[in-house]
Formats: sequence, C-alpha cells, structure tokens
Amino acid sequence: MRLICPCCGWRDRREFTYMGADDYLHRPVPDAPPEAWDEYLHNRTNPAGAARDLWYHDPCGTWVCITRDTITHAVTDGTRLEDAQ
Amino acid sequence: MRRRDSGGSALERARSLSFQFDGRELQGFEGDTLASALLAGGVRLVGRSFKYHRPRGVMSAGSEEPNALVELLRDGVYHPNIRATTQELHMGLQARAQNCWPSARRDVMAVNDWLSPFLGAGFYYKTFMWPRAFWEHLYEPLIRRAAGLGRLPQSHQDAPHEKAFAFCDLLVIGAGPAGLMAALTAARAGADVILAEEDRQMGGRLLSDHGQIDGMPGGTWAAGVVAELASLPNVRLMPRTSVFGAYDGGVYGALERGALHMAAPARTPRECYWRITAKRVVLASGALERPIAHPDNDRPGVMLLGAVASYWQRFAVDPGRVVVFGNNDHALATAKALAADGMDIRAYIDPRDGLATDAPFTVYAGAEVIGTRGRHGLQHVTLRHKGREFRMDADTLALSGGWNPSLHLACHMNGRPVWDDTIAAFIPRPGMVPDMEAIGAAAGQFSTHAALESGARAAAGALDALGLRAPECAFPQAEDAPYAIQPLWQVQGKGRAWLDFANDVTTRDVALAAREGFASVEHMKRYTTQGMAPDQGKSSNMGALAVLADATGGTIAGTGTTTFRPPFVPVSIAALGAGGYGKSFAPERLTTSDAQARAMGAPMIEAGLWYRPSYFPQADDRDWRDACNREALHVRNAVGVCDVSTLGKIDLQGPDAARFLDFVYTNTMSSLKPGRVRYGLMLREDGHVMDDGTCARLGDQHFLITTTTAAAGEVMRHLDFVQQAFCADWAVRLISVTEAWAQFAIAGPLADEVLGHIFGDLPELPFMGCAPVDLGAVAGRLFRISFSGERGYELAVPARYGADLFRQLVALAEGLGGGAYGMEALNVLRIEKGFVTHAEIDGRVTAFDLGLQGMVSPRKDFIGRAASQRAGLTGAARLQLVGLRPVNAQAEITAGAHLYAPDQPARAAFGQGHVKSVCYSPTLQSWLALALVRNGRARRGERLRLDDGLRGIRVDVEICNPVFFDPDGGRMRD
Repeated sequence: MRLICPCCGWRDRREFTYMGADDYLHRPVPDAPPEAWDEYLHNRTNPAGAARDLWYHDPCGTWVCITRDTITHAVTDGTRLEDAQ
Repeated sequence: MRRRDSGGSALERARSLSFQFDGRELQGFEGDTLASALLAGGVRLVGRSFKYHRPRGVMSAGSEEPNALVELLRDGVYHPNIRATTQELHMGLQARAQNCWPSARRDVMAVNDWLSPFLGAGFYYKTFMWPRAFWEHLYEPLIRRAAGLGRLPQSHQDAPHEKAFAFCDLLVIGAGPAGLMAALTAARAGADVILAEEDRQMGGRLLSDHGQIDGMPGGTWAAGVVAELASLPNVRLMPRTSVFGAYDGGVYGALERGALHMAAPARTPRECYWRITAKRVVLASGALERPIAHPDNDRPGVMLLGAVASYWQRFAVDPGRVVVFGNNDHALATAKALAADGMDIRAYIDPRDGLATDAPFTVYAGAEVIGTRGRHGLQHVTLRHKGREFRMDADTLALSGGWNPSLHLACHMNGRPVWDDTIAAFIPRPGMVPDMEAIGAAAGQFSTHAALESGARAAAGALDALGLRAPECAFPQAEDAPYAIQPLWQVQGKGRAWLDFANDVTTRDVALAAREGFASVEHMKRYTTQGMAPDQGKSSNMGALAVLADATGGTIAGTGTTTFRPPFVPVSIAALGAGGYGKSFAPERLTTSDAQARAMGAPMIEAGLWYRPSYFPQADDRDWRDACNREALHVRNAVGVCDVSTLGKIDLQGPDAARFLDFVYTNTMSSLKPGRVRYGLMLREDGHVMDDGTCARLGDQHFLITTTTAAAGEVMRHLDFVQQAFCADWAVRLISVTEAWAQFAIAGPLADEVLGHIFGDLPELPFMGCAPVDLGAVAGRLFRISFSGERGYELAVPARYGADLFRQLVALAEGLGGGAYGMEALNVLRIEKGFVTHAEIDGRVTAFDLGLQGMVSPRKDFIGRAASQRAGLTGAARLQLVGLRPVNAQAEITAGAHLYAPDQPARAAFGQGHVKSVCYSPTLQSWLALALVRNGRARRGERLRLDDGLRGIRVDVEICNPVFFDPDGGRMRD
C-alpha cells in the first residue's frame, strides 16, 4: 500500500501512522452540547467507497488527509490538513 | 531415460557436477536442474505421494511441479518440499526423497494405497466421529503424525536472507517472447524497466520450442534481446525471480533465489524478498500445460509434453520410447518437431477424429489412454481406439490436455477471470489489477507471433500512459499457427484418474464431493483438499472444476474458479522475515552515557527502544536491591547522577508558541516567565491523561517541553496534529530535539557542590528556574527541577559532549560520597514522592483520578477539556491515586495485586482497586505502593487486603497520602 504525502510524494505505507477518519478535523466549539462531542469523539460511519482519513507521515511530520476507496483500495489524494478542512 | 550425447542448450558440458540422491552418487552438468539431472541419470522414481504413498516421478519442468518435492541438504540440515524442477544443480548437492520410509522404492506407508477404497474424500470426517473421547487422545495425534508433507528442520536457521525495494516505470513479469518484446520496446523508449523471470535463463518457451523468429532459432533471438537489454542502463534484469503477489498501489512481491544454486554460499543471501513498485505492469507469465485425467495417470514416466520437450531441448534428456496423448494442435505439432529432432515417438493419441496423419509416427485419432502399467515407473500404456483396447510399450507418456494461461497475479485483487471456449481455459479480463495488462500466452494468445505482437502493443500502451514515445522498430516474424483444442477433462475407465497429484485427489473424489453436497467449487476444494498442496493446484484446479461441473451438470464458466491468492510460489518465512529478526526487529537507541554505564557493570533494561542502566553494582552487593538502596540513599543524603536524556524534548518557537501551549496543556503556560519552568499535564481529546512533563520558557517566544520516555513519539504526533489541524495559521513551529541534547539529573543535598566544580561560579537559580550556561566553550542549559524530591538540577549539553560530562559528573558525585544511580533507584525516589509515570497514567486515568484537578484550568479551551467534564470522569465512583503502606512495613507487596476489604473474598465484584507501582524505601524502611482505589482520597487510614493471587501474596495495607516523603516539598524547594 502506498500513500501520498503532500510534502514528500508517494511513500510506502510503513512510513505512516494511522489515526482515524477525518471527522477528527471537525472539532466542536468548546461549549457545544455533549451530544456534539460524543459524535465527534466516538461515532464514525463505515463507508463502502470514498473515505477520508488521517495519516501521520513520520519522517517529515506532516499530517495528511488521504482520500481513498474502501472497495477498490485506490488512493486518490493526500492533502495537508489546512487544505482538507 | 538417459542423457543424449549432444545438445542441451542450458548445459555447460565442460563442467561436470557430482551429486547425491537418496545416497546414490550421480553426475550432472552445470546448468542442470536437480530434476533434469535425475532424469538424465535414469532416476524416474523421486518420491511418494502425500496420501496413498504412490510412487511418483517428475511431471513438469517448472515451478508448478506437484510430484518432485524432495528434501535438500542446505546449511547442514535437510529442508523439505524443495521442487526438483526449479532447484539448480550444484557440486556436492545432497537430496533425498520425502514422504517415504525406509525408501522411495520400499515405502511402508504404501499400505495406504491398498486401503484407498476406504480413504476417499471426507474419510476422516466420517470415520473418526466416535467414540467422541477418542478424538483428542487417539485419533488426532495419529492423524497428525501421518499428515503433513515433509518435516521442517527443528533447529534455528540463521542462513542470511535479504530484503530489497525497487521502483520502475514498467515491470515485465516473464521473459518469454511476449515479455521480451514488451521489455525491449519499453527499454528502447527510455522507460525504467524491470524484467523478472523465474528461470535462470530468459527466453521462456523459446528455449524449448522449435519455432523460429526472424529466421533464427527462438533461443538465439531471445539471447540477442537479452544482450541488448543487459546493455541498457535503464533496464534491470532479474532472473531467478518469481513475482508472487500483486498488492495495492502497484506493489508486487517477488522472491529472488540468491545462493540456492551455490555449492558454498557462505554469507551470500539464500533468497531476497523484493517489493517492487511499478507504475505499469505487463503480465507475460505464459501458460501452464494441463495433464489429462486418465486412469493410472500418476506413474513415474507420465509427464507433461511441454516438459518432455523442455528436458530434451534444454537438458538433452532422452525420454526413451515416448507415447504422446494430446487433445490439441499444439501437442501434435510439438510431437512432430520432437520426432524430427530424433526423439523416439512411438504414437500420438488424440480423442479428436479426422486428424491428418502425415507424421513419422502412428497417429491414433479418436483414441484415448485408458491405463498404464509399471510398478516404479511406466512400462506400457493401454489405449482404446475404434472400440479396440491394446497395449504399447513406453518409457514416457507425454500428456497435453491444453494450456491454462498463468493468470494468477491478475486475479490477486479478487478479480474473476472469464471462460474462453476457443481455448477451453480461463483468461484474465482487462483491469482486474489496475495498471496491469496480461499479454501473450498469459492472455490466451498462444502463437509466437501473437505473443510478440501483444508484447509490443502492451509496451506502447504503457509508454503512452507514462508520457513516453514508443520507438519505431522492425517487428520480428514468427509462426502464427492456429490453436484448436477439444476439451478432454477425464477419460472414463477402470482405475483411479488423478487430478491433484500432490494431494492425491482423483476424479472420483470430486464426484463424491458433488454427490455429498459439496457442489460449490470452494466447498469441493476444502472437502477433497484439491489444490491445497504446495503446488496450489497450478496444473490441476482447472481439471477438477471441469469434473465438478460435469458431476453437477453445470458449465465450467458457471462453476467458476476458486480464489487466487498470493503467493504464486511458496515463499519461505525466512525470506519474508528478512531484516526483521534479532536486533533488526527492534533497533537499539543508546544514550551518550551508555558505554560508561556498561563499563561500570550496569545491567541495561529496555525502555521502548532505549537502553537504560538498571543499577550500578558493587563487589559486596548481595543482590540488585543492595545497589538500589545505596543509590537511593546517595541521592537522599549526598548526591546522585542519572542520565535522563531519553525523555522526549520538543522545542517550540514563534509568537504564538505560548498560546499554542495553553491549548495543549490543561494548565496555563502563557503566564510563565522566561527563565522559569512549570509542570504540565496534557489530556487526550477524550478527557483522559495523555502525558505529563515540564515546560521551560527559554525566551519570550521560545519554549522547551519534555515528555515521558514512553510517550515521546505519541506526544510529538499529537502536537503536530493539533497544530496542523486546528492552528495552522498560528505562528508557531515545533520540532523534536530529543537526540540533540544529553541531559543529566544531579540530585541531592550536595548537588550544588558538584555543579560548583563544573561551573566555578554556579548561577543562582530558584526552584523551577532555568538558564543558559557555559561549560567552557560549550553552551548548555541548566534546569532546577527534581524528579527525586531532593534539591536538584538537570544539566543539558549538545549530545556530542554527553559522554564526557557524564563521566565528570559521576566522578564528582563519587568524590562527595554519592555516585551514579539507575532506573531502580530513580523509581524508588519518585514513588517515595508520589510522582506518577506511565505505570499510573495507564490511558484510563483522568486528572481528577491523579488528584491533579487543580491543574485543569476552568478559564480556557484546551484539548480534552470538554470530555474531561463528562459525567463519570470525576467523583466518588472513580479509582483515585493513593499511597499504600503494608501494616507490617517489611511485608513484601507487589505491583498488579488487587485490593479488597479485609473481610471480603478476592472476587472481581468486591474489587476496591489495584496496585500500580511498588518499591522498598530504604529511607522510610518500608515497602510502599502507589495504587488506584475507588474513592481512595476519602478513605485514608482505611485498611485493605492486598491480594496477589498469581504469586500467593496476601498483605494487610493501609491507605495513605501518595506523597510518602517530605510531603510539603521543602527539600527540593529550599
């Protein structure tokens, strides 16, 4: 498996550390109701098809939002988090 | 069988090799495979079959071989399941037959063959049902002893294996006519090409065919192409390399045979496991010939026609009197070519009617082979022709049931091939693996012309996708013979007809499976074990599913194939694990004081990948505890020195650095003054404690924070995430400087004296202060922080000065009645003070649990704030950090023990908490523990029973303040 780092290009999966779905990017405002925080922290969809998730490229320290397809395993995009919001 | 006096394109006749098989001395030539040398030496019987222990001989000339699996002496031990057809001969090679005792000729277990009427598919499932209790103690051990093919060496194997990575524009798999043409076209256009070929020689079937290309023998043309490819800098030729798996993202696994053909390989890697990343791939893996399931088709001497041709042409093996049984035009053409070349072909047998009979041998059209004879090797063949049955003497029966494209790799991503009626075989569909194209025989195009043409075309397509221009080159001329076949899946008759030779599956077994309800191809496979041997049914799966289709009344296309999975050929665990065992599995991180600590005799313990000294022994120590007590008392009474460089260090700079730290710590760092240090706590976003450490403000916009050794990587990732996800526009940058600095704790009442020797003029530092310091020409940093509870400092210097500084500090401390201290003493000191580590921060505790709720600022947002306020993460129901002292101070207590009320049983329902850390305190002359106890802070003074069921320890303990020593902290502050 190979992933694309916006800083370094296509790299082997073993250079990356996985975090989870890109839901982590959408942090609720501090006084959001508990339901919003519950949703943010715990609840995830399990998509068949296009999925976005977060990977850390250990050698360069860049967090990457990867777009991939859970059916075909095709990795189509990798962007910096600031471009993925 | 014998060796012809001349010929053999693969052989170097000048170099004769002697080898042993089953103790017998034999001769071969450089270039032989073990199989070709055995055949040339007249050895037809090479082993016994798996289940019925039937005599078996070489069937194929490639990696698909089901029969000729032998044990080979390599690196001093016998390795099982070596395919004689791919093992190259070398001087002194020693091999022996497997799955037989005492020998291949006289095998005791051959009794199974007489019992075969009882041993059909499903025999074990049906027979060993009762009495039930017999299964575990009688049946299973017996069956296990009889099962399995070959025995693994039981000793540790440390022969070198290698792993490697490669990248290319175009990976060409297979160096037959199609692969060579594709590689040549792409290489001439300047693409980076890797050409991988399983065989030692490139050329594929051109090496054994009789066809011509551009008027020259195919092998000559191939050699010319290979020479040109070898001369190009953009081409990597990889002979002896089997591409065994297709994976996501254009990654291919390949196994290169390194030293397996060498007589004395020494440290040359036996095999190399390649991961090849390719932008485009051409699959030119050719096709595998099918045998025909006729009665008694498994005798030594029954071979594939293509293999007979290959042994004849490449290895000069004369197969003696040959009868050919085929069902396709290619078989007849091959038989004619071989006869013209001098092979003694006695007859050609084909079920098709109306064949032209212009051959120099008898052609029996509309005929079938219905049996064979010969106890340890073929002696004659029985055939049925025009209603008449008769025998023919033969040494070799050459079978050709048609050709199956080698489409395995194209199916590794779960794509299903399609059935092609014209060649009676499955062919790959386009796009089954992204960016891969199957060509030539692998795509069911069997003529040489079609192979060359599809090679050139596929390369042009790949070049186009790569943005390169295909070169103009003359297209070679070659035969374009049509291929006609009449499927023949089984010949009806008396006796068993084998499908899977390796696992002893017959046509009857498949029919039985269908009758008993295992009619889906995946069920049939598992019921009969068809295709589950080391050869993975390469030459038999197709026949088995055709027989299954026949038995169920379905079509072959409708029956479908089983799932193709990597690896295409067996891959040794040693190759897969290359570079990943021993120290390579977990590299060592060494501190700058490592050599000195070891020189002082310190046993090292692992902390993640780091190695740290456990304690520093002295001659009169009774055990490690003596050393630990001494070192702890040094710190309490004099001065100790400890390397703390393994703690994570992160440097943060920028106008928004303080704001950023406020966002990641529970407490406020922006109010910290330059030159001061503050203890900080970080939460995960789910409200639990992630890590703790210190935060030093080196300048207005410059901070240095520390993490625990264990969480250094996790914290760095976390901070990078928070910064990049939520504060990308803040002016702050952070970087790990853990390995840039060597840092030493100098702790104890005499710490100032040690530093006085170092600096002469010791800078005046308040508790929790920090300052830049000069050590001669070296710029260092001094922090007045303490993890021991004593007056203490941590002194940091650039890592290259660490070893010298440590030596100097230890000498100074020893001069003052102290010395170095290790991890054991460090642990005692911090437990005495109630300082937490990841023993307590176990991922489930909150700031409240640790009694650190005062550090959680109510006035700002920070990571973990919202979740930390969740119901259930605070309150009396929580397990809270407390101290424990045994009522009898000398009663040993253990970490991991559980706690119960004195009168309640040791059952989970009554659990009051558990012990996280323990030590014996030489200062307090007592065992101490840090524990998490339900509502513990409100229960000080209460007695509990500590119960360690594993070690049989039961001790009464009392709940107390977790800060056992100097609770008001005067010793470190003043």
